[in-house]
Amino acid sequence: MEYLIGIQGPDFVLVAADNVAASSIIQMKHDYDKMFKLSEKILLLCVGEAGDTVQFAEYIQKNVQLYKMRNGYELSPSAAANFTRKNLADYLRSRTPYHVNLLLAGYDDADGPGLFYMDHLSSLAKAPFAAHGYGAYLTLSILDRYYKPDLTQDEAMDLLKKCIEELNRRFILNLPSFSVRVIDKNGIQELQKVTVGAAKLERAPYSQT
Amino acid sequence: MFGNTPGLTCARDTALSAFRFYVPAAEYLEESPLQFGQVSTSAQISSDLFSTHSGDLSTPSLPSVSSQPVPLPFPLSHGTTTLAFIFQGGVLAAADTRSSCSGLVACPAAQKILPIHSHLVGTTSGTSADCALWKRILARELRLYQLRHGRRLSTRGAAKLLSHMLHPFKGTELCVASGFGPCLFYVCSDGTRLQGTLFSVGSGSPYAYSILDQGVEWGLTVEEATAIGREAVYRATHRDAYSGNCVDVYHGLFSRRSLRRCLSLQPRS
Repeated sequence: MEYLIGIQGPDFVLVAADNVAASSIIQMKHDYDKMFKLSEKILLLCVGEAGDTVQFAEYIQKNVQLYKMRNGYELSPSAAANFTRKNLADYLRSRTPYHVNLLLAGYDDADGPGLFYMDHLSSLAKAPFAAHGYGAYLTLSILDRYYKPDLTQDEAMDLLKKCIEELNRRFILNLPSFSVRVIDKNGIQELQKVTVGAAKLERAPYSQT
Repeated sequence: MFGNTPGLTCARDTALSAFRFYVPAAEYLEESPLQFGQVSTSAQISSDLFSTHSGDLSTPSLPSVSSQPVPLPFPLSHGTTTLAFIFQGGVLAAADTRSSCSGLVACPAAQKILPIHSHLVGTTSGTSADCALWKRILARELRLYQLRHGRRLSTRGAAKLLSHMLHPFKGTELCVASGFGPCLFYVCSDGTRLQGTLFSVGSGSPYAYSILDQGVEWGLTVEEATAIGREAVYRATHRDAYSGNCVDVYHGLFSRRSLRRCLSLQPRS
């Protein structure tokens, strides 16, 4: 139902997530943001079971902020990813596991950009590109084919658009718009949303003007 | 905190548990609302109604339930249609008034839009008892917040508080509510909390959504908004077996920040 994607370049990480918040068959919201800002250069993308996502992601977010307040410097992306994985693992074998799938993207001033893939079974892998959701089945091979480690930001954006077009063509569900953000040494920038299909509606989805 | 009032013996020291009139009001008032309603499986807490227990508020642990989630006694459904949306003239909420009980109309004049305080109203769906209970709990916690901090909790904060209070009851489909003040939130017992401009909840919600998506715009007048809200609930009551009877419509203005109940009409039939 939900879709996350991340592509790491030599000095940036491009991430995108769909904007649909659904409840059984109904789209409750068309402009829902699934990215949580952990710090100036770390983003956590979180999908999964309805309440678990926000609860878990906000918990991680506040703890990363607390670390910064206590110690005066921010956690690196790798440290934040391992902290997140540890929390997932601790709750995995309890009676209340958190069923969330995560992508953590960040830029470390020393190590450069990093993209971390995390699972609801608390697996952790640093990867050059990653995707979550049913859409991942359709788009991972596109990423395999066209990804190269030294791609530019524009090439990464084109690759992202290829993936989204493929979703629009073959995925059974309608995901009309995607939030896109890029993290580099200057921090997190929000790029323009990628929309497919929604532009063809006569009436745009109702939102406060 | 009850002090040494002359002439009164302190009842807390008696061994007779049946006569323990000591109410730990201070501890109760400071008890976190997030701890409310958690079913305790451990034998630490005694069964005495007024026993004191140390408020364990300092451990920074994840807000997960410490006990088994309460299983449902029977399958529950949300037999209702409620909706709310924001437009230039304020906020409009509408709901049907049928309260059903597995095929029987238990009450044809139930009130599903519950005022929580003068600036906040919740529409509810799910089991009526749970909705009434949580409305009162939320009203109590908001009032306590107001007394402790000297200001009213915002709608966003009230939605977050309700969402966290419902978290231990995840999976029981307890109550699905959308409350508003000057803004609109959808809160569900499965943990969803969304801010938006148009929501509809309940078994009749798909039917209501289709009518609302046709006609709701920002620039509606109050009369037009009332009409489309009423029409959406009416169409939903026509198609959905578990929604019916009358339509309650509430309208709240941004400027004059209080809510009034507009009308309670028979649907056109």
